[in-house]
This record gives sequence, C-alpha cells and structure tokens, in this order.
Amino acid sequence: MTDSVSGTAGAPITDDAPATEAGGRRSVPFRGGGFAPKPVWYVAPLMFVALVLLWEFGSSNGYISPLVLPAPTEVLGAFSDLVRSGMLAKHLQASLTRLVIGFACGATLGVLVGVAIGLYSIPRSAFKPLVAAIFPIPKIALLPLFIIWFGIGEGSKVATILFGSFFPMVIATYGGIDAVDRNLIRMGQSFNLSRVAIVRNIILPSALPAILNGMRIAASISIILLVAAEMIGAEYGIGAYVLLAGNLMATDQLIAGVATLSILGLIVSWLISLAERYFLRWRA
Amino acid sequence: MDLEIRNLSHHYDKLEVLRDINITIPSGQVVCVVGPSGCGKSTLIRLIGGLEQPAEGEINQIGEPPQGSLNPLTYIFQDFALLPWRTVEGNISLVLEGHPISREEVASRIANVLDRTRLSDFAHVYPKQLSGGMKQRVAIARALAVNPAVLLMDEPLSALDSQTRELLMDDLVSLWERERFTACYITHNLNEAVRLGHRVVVLSRRPGEIRETVDIDIPLSERKVDSPELARTQTKLWEMMREEALTADRQLADA
Repeated sequence: MTDSVSGTAGAPITDDAPATEAGGRRSVPFRGGGFAPKPVWYVAPLMFVALVLLWEFGSSNGYISPLVLPAPTEVLGAFSDLVRSGMLAKHLQASLTRLVIGFACGATLGVLVGVAIGLYSIPRSAFKPLVAAIFPIPKIALLPLFIIWFGIGEGSKVATILFGSFFPMVIATYGGIDAVDRNLIRMGQSFNLSRVAIVRNIILPSALPAILNGMRIAASISIILLVAAEMIGAEYGIGAYVLLAGNLMATDQLIAGVATLSILGLIVSWLISLAERYFLRWRA
Repeated sequence: MDLEIRNLSHHYDKLEVLRDINITIPSGQVVCVVGPSGCGKSTLIRLIGGLEQPAEGEINQIGEPPQGSLNPLTYIFQDFALLPWRTVEGNISLVLEGHPISREEVASRIANVLDRTRLSDFAHVYPKQLSGGMKQRVAIARALAVNPAVLLMDEPLSALDSQTRELLMDDLVSLWERERFTACYITHNLNEAVRLGHRVVVLSRRPGEIRETVDIDIPLSERKVDSPELARTQTKLWEMMREEALTADRQLADA
C-alpha cells in the first residue's frame, strides 16, 4: 500500500531529502520557540570590560584625543585622588543628605496624596488634574523660583528633589489603588471588615507592587534633579564637583563624578530590588 | 435562621435584571438557583447578602443566627477571593481579626476549620502554591471560621476542572452531612444543582423570573453520580432551561 503510493507519486526518493523516509514519513519540522530573551549573567560585565579596554586602547594609541575623552586610567587617577583627599566622602555626604531627605519626604507625601486620590472622590477630583498639569513641568525650570522661596541653601535643593519624586509617587500610588481587584474588596465587605481594615489589609498590599515601581522611577528622577540642584550655590556635592570639573575642562574629574552618580543610581535600584524581594515575596 | 426573599425586583439604570423573585431558604437546607448565563443569578446572590441594595422587595432574616456567629451571611466566591500575600492561615485570620475575640480563640478557630477541611498541613502555604480545588477549600474554611448562619455560594465550583469539581462536591456533601449548614447555591451547572440542592429554583433569561421550583427528596448522601432518578431530574431541568439558554445566548449584553 505504501509502496504503491510512493510509486504512483512518481517522485524518486533521492539523497537530497534526508528527512524523507520510504512511505513519505517525515518528522514534523520544529517552528516554535524564540521570542523569549533571557538574561545571561556574564554578558554585561564582559561588555563593560570590553568597552573600557577598547577605550583605553584607543586613548593610549592616540585614536582618542585626551581633549575629547580622557583615558580610563586618568579617570581612575582622578577618582583615587578624590578618595584619598577625603573629598569624595564630603561630596557624597552632602549629596546623600539632600537625596535622602528630599526623596523620603517626596515619596511619603506622594503616597499619602496618592492614597487620598485612590480612595476619596473629592481629593480625586481636586488633585488628579492638578498632578497631571504639574508633573510634566521640568522641576529644573522651577529652580530659580525654589531659590526665591526656600533660599539658596539646602532648602531649594531639597525642595527640587522633593517635588521631583512627589509626582511620580502620586501617580504610581493611585494607579495601583485603581487596579485593586474589586472582588477582593467585595470579599472584605462580605466578611464585615471595617473600612480601615480593608484599606490596610487589602488595598495597600495590592497597590504595593505599583508603589515600589513608582519608587524606582522617583529615585532615578531624584538623582537627576540632585545634580541640577547642586549646580547652583552648592559648595559640596557630586553635582557641584561635576560642574566645577566641567568649568575647568577637567574631563577626567568630570567622568569620575558622573561614574559616581551612575554607581549611586545602581545602588539605589539594587536597594529597591531588595525591598521588592522582601515585601513581594508572595509573588515569587 | 431562615432567609426569605419577597417580591424582589432589581434593575441597573433601565436594564431590568430580576423580576418578582420569591424564595425561602429554610434552615439546614441547600437551595440551588440555576439559570442561563446573564439571567441575574450573581446579582441575586449579591442582593441576598447585602452587597447590593434591591430596587424593590425585601430580604429578611427570620430567627436568630447561631450563638457565636461572627458573620451570619457568608460568601464563597467563584474566584476564591484569597489574598495572595497572606498564607492559608493568614487568609482565615483576616476575617477574624476585627472581632472582639482573644488571640487564642482565633488560633483555635483556625486550627478547627483547617482540620474540618483537611487543610492542616497547608496552614503556612501561599495561595499561589495551591491548586484551584485547594484554594476553594481554603475559602470554604475561611467561611466556616466565622460560624455562618447561611452560606452564600456564588458558582463556587465553576472555576474548577471537572475532576476537581467532583471531589469538591463530595466534600460539600460530607460537610453538609456533618454540619447541616444552610446555603443558597448559585450555579449554571445542572449536575451540581441536582447533587447538592434540596430545592432547585430555575430562573428564566433576563429579566430573571422564577420559572419553576423543583424539590428533590433524595438525601444528599444517597445521590450517586449515576443515579437514574437524578438523571431524570437533570433532564427535566435542562428541558426547562434549554429554550431560555438558547434565547439568552442571543441576547445583547447591554440591550
């Protein structure tokens, strides 16, 4: 029977079609898979090292002019000068103080206003459009106003960071509350839980992933604004250091400062990941 | 405690959902409400437990709930409604926390209901780690923890596969044999209705009206899967519902 089928088809089975067996039996070709990129842990450090090596090679062989970009070794030199002179600690202390106070206040206020918008009609109607109107304003543009309002000292710098982190936190918080599963709230009501208990035990834990996500964005914005704020009237601070280096065309110091900021950002992001892993362990 | 639903009608804006419903749920009995999808079954059970207010008619509790009942009208939901960030134990303690009972009593109530639903080994497990059937067992344990007078079950087995559904139906039957709980059981599954209901109320398509009330006299424990008598009742119910379901299927959701 199978012989007659291949016979009548008249197509001689040749060596060109190895998947074809006698009787027309072929394995089904695989066509699924893909579209699922996975992180490969060693690629990122390898990429980083390769870039720095390439950069060093270019600098030491004259392909990259030291005016355009200082060699990595020079940047490292500037950085170790910064550490040895004890200035890194001083700059970091000034910057971190502003960052922590501004971000902590901004995030706390943001969560409070976000919860109010998420839970009550009047605050929702009052603040939601206001937040939408003020959020897109670059806070750097308001810095001169902040200086008039809060003084040229720490006040204006902290206020810039506070405003910068406040708005994304508000939006993330009420967004998280809006997305709470209605049926869980109904369950709470069906068991006669008090309003406070429903907010504390159902609504806030539900919104927590969104709030932590908002913190990630707010923290990055805070670091960006930190430098902007320190560019006016700051003696110490990573931003002040970067600005001074820029004015003096000391590009090695400039890059050392910028790298410090990048590391700061990575550390903050890592801390938030830790918080997520702890608070959202039920998701794992 | 009995529940009595009298002349109940309900509408959302201009959409009439329920029309003139009269049901009595006597103490110690399971009343199943069946009907085609969209006939207002879920609205009915939300009204019965006070999660929504009826447009017309009344829902009355007759008699006192049992001593120590923390929440006389207690729901079991189709989607289980468990908090994913709380363990099995935590989900049960949630509904006990607001009440003026001692920590020891909370612990003993939890241990007691976990034992009754054979969940004791899973007390510290998160819902995510449990199968659908186990999740619904946790929800049943949570409902029992408040010592309810009437269980309001909103399609409790509809989110489960058919094997798990069979197992949980057996569980519910043996639970009823032991505790003789009172329940209003909403379902679209006629097999569940004839296996679990002492009385089956058939609703028409929207607006839901009572088409028929069927009493089934066979004791729950004697209702076998292949019993010809149950099969006959189920066929009878299906004949009643077939046309309603056919028309309901063609009904627009927002018409």
